[in-house]
Amino acid sequence: MDFDLNESQGMLQDSVRKLLSDKYGFEQRKAYMASETGWSRDLWAQYADLGLLGLPFDEEDGGFGGGGEEVMIVAEQMGRHITLEPWLSTVVLGGGFLRHGAAADLRADMVAGVAGGGVLLAFAQQERQSRYDLHDVATTAKKDGAAWVITGRKGMVLHGDTADHFIVTARISGNRRDKGGIGVFLVPAKAEGVSVRGFRQVDGSRAAEVEFSGARAEHVLGTPEDGLALVDKVVDEAIAALAAEAIGAMDVVHAMTLDYMKTRQQFGKPIGSFQALQHKAADMLVAIEQSRSMAYFATMAARDPDAAERRRNMHAVKAQIGRSQRLVGQEAIQLHGGIAMTMEYAAGHYFKRLTVNEATFGDTDFHLRSLSDLGGLVQAA
Amino acid sequence: MELRFTDEERAFRQEVRDFLAAECPEATRQHMIAGKSPTKEMVVEWQRKLNKRGWAAPEWPKEHGGPGWTPAQKYIFREELQMWPAPSPLGFNINMCGPVIIEFGTPEQKARFLPRMRNLDDWWCQGFSEPGAGSDLAGLKTRAVRDGDHWVINGQKTWTTLAQHADWIFVLARTDPAAKKQEGISFFLVDMKTPGITVRPIITIEGGHEVNEVFFDDVKVPLDHLVGQENKGWDCAKFLLGNERFGQARVGASRERIRRLKVIARETMDGDRPLIEDPEFRRQMTEMEIELKALEMTVMRVIANETKRAGTGKPDPATSVLKIKGTEIQQGVSELLMKAAGPYAWVDGDPDAEGTNEWDVAPDWAFGLAGVYFNWRKQSIYGGSNEIQRNIMAKAFLGL
Repeated sequence: MDFDLNESQGMLQDSVRKLLSDKYGFEQRKAYMASETGWSRDLWAQYADLGLLGLPFDEEDGGFGGGGEEVMIVAEQMGRHITLEPWLSTVVLGGGFLRHGAAADLRADMVAGVAGGGVLLAFAQQERQSRYDLHDVATTAKKDGAAWVITGRKGMVLHGDTADHFIVTARISGNRRDKGGIGVFLVPAKAEGVSVRGFRQVDGSRAAEVEFSGARAEHVLGTPEDGLALVDKVVDEAIAALAAEAIGAMDVVHAMTLDYMKTRQQFGKPIGSFQALQHKAADMLVAIEQSRSMAYFATMAARDPDAAERRRNMHAVKAQIGRSQRLVGQEAIQLHGGIAMTMEYAAGHYFKRLTVNEATFGDTDFHLRSLSDLGGLVQAA
Repeated sequence: MELRFTDEERAFRQEVRDFLAAECPEATRQHMIAGKSPTKEMVVEWQRKLNKRGWAAPEWPKEHGGPGWTPAQKYIFREELQMWPAPSPLGFNINMCGPVIIEFGTPEQKARFLPRMRNLDDWWCQGFSEPGAGSDLAGLKTRAVRDGDHWVINGQKTWTTLAQHADWIFVLARTDPAAKKQEGISFFLVDMKTPGITVRPIITIEGGHEVNEVFFDDVKVPLDHLVGQENKGWDCAKFLLGNERFGQARVGASRERIRRLKVIARETMDGDRPLIEDPEFRRQMTEMEIELKALEMTVMRVIANETKRAGTGKPDPATSVLKIKGTEIQQGVSELLMKAAGPYAWVDGDPDAEGTNEWDVAPDWAFGLAGVYFNWRKQSIYGGSNEIQRNIMAKAFLGL
């Protein structure tokens, strides 16, 4: 049991920390958000230079052979600056589908593009009715000769407005909520029959509504008919990354709150001297430390070869961190008072990111219920 | 980063399990599964078996009869005992007074007291809290005055757990009333048979006799029964309380109670289905399990940190989580156990006493569950109340 970083992990952390400290101040972030893409292409190129875009891919595929720990390190730093670039979409989600679902030749073709920063990916799975159920898929995929033809509408597609390729879940057979009969397809954004409408989410990230009207998929990822297992695996890796991102954002907004409590004077003394406020700040720390523990656990659990066990554990991760990040975000605002309600102050932006992070791939209630329905973590004696 | 136990550690876990299977008396185990505290006889018998195996004092250095375990081994051992369940080594001897003597005691004190502590030839109890000194422990008033070749102690201690079993008591008493609060206190070892000591039971709300008041009326204590330096007893107290933190997570104990809860919830009908199928009840169980998993990982982090930076690093903020979360989870699970029993939790009587369910008015498993729930409210009060823990965190980790 050792939670320390090794030398190369420490170097990775240092390099990301340095880049983001230089380039991701609050005002700089605002400028990226206001730009046409809604994030920084210039930084994206620097992520590529640092190896962050090829991080999780095998070296023989042109990547850097990083594992869950390396992804966690980077995601935490990005959470500290609530970055806007499509790293989760392209590298963690898109990359996950390529690593676990793409045939060797496709992988060879795509990984170089992703790692170099030239290819952007987005995961199109959400539908109006599906809420948090990954298997609730109405979009269809029909065979036409050797190709698959996709028809359906996907929403809240993170970074869908700048993606070069979509990874789309679509139903090959069965009924809308069947767990079998779901395929995962790679569809170029420029393909005929794909229309994209971009917008901004409350946390500043870009997203898109994507309509597939008889769009032809270039590739199938994983085995058609049994795509859900692949989706679950990739989403679980993304949950581990989201957990680390949440830790980074919670740490920063907590530190910001403590600084404010030490400087803001009311009734002739710093508000941090009041016990009622101290206890709230202490409860935030308890929540953060428990979450940090769960983020480590997530990294370990996401690579569990036993899929059922892995899912159970990731439900626990999402539920615990979800509840913690809501508490930390809400109390950060409360302890600051009115100043944190303003768009000019950073705390509210962290709160918004934490709020979106909590519900990404299922909110606290969803995961609590899911784990509960599976019988929990502890086996009856 | 290596987030798993090593092969050696897993083998050690198996070794502990094998020992429990071979040596822990089944009657003790069943008694504890039923939710009762082990009796004095059970604790003594088990402690002596552990001592024979060399496992009676997991935290002690080898030269004083400790097994020389790594922090991870100590954790595994403690967790396996709690999960079995089997009695833990007696905390007053092994985790409280013993380490103080090892750290601050004279060679004579070590030779005289430590082996008997390990073998539970002497049962120790803790004389810290007073009626006027609870969370504000340094406000204690018990006085020790030097009189020739003796100290003479006068005063009153309270909340003295299992003083009725004890042969010895370790006592904080004021030796310099003129000094500042923390600076005039000394740490004494006192034979409970000394004339002038009176033990009066305090019956807690569930009906159990666990804690006591202990009165000191001109109690004569030999000079060599003072530990460390005169007026430096607060250092011993802080050291002792620092050791307490770890034990308060009690991850294995909570896991054992949740397992038990699941058995009960499976066997108890709620309408036309077992209670475990009630989504609301099940969800409340799951919430406990999730926090427990996080706590388990937090303990791992503290252990790993301790292994790497023993005695060098700053205190880890994760440690402050252990008391608060550990007690919240135990209290939460005790509440769910009571809920599961429904009205049959209500039969009055000390849950630890035998034969109080003689008319079979409640199912055996349900009897006393409300008592445990009531009793366990103490957990967020003792060892530095959870509010005191938050004050400590605000000061030590948050800089407020």
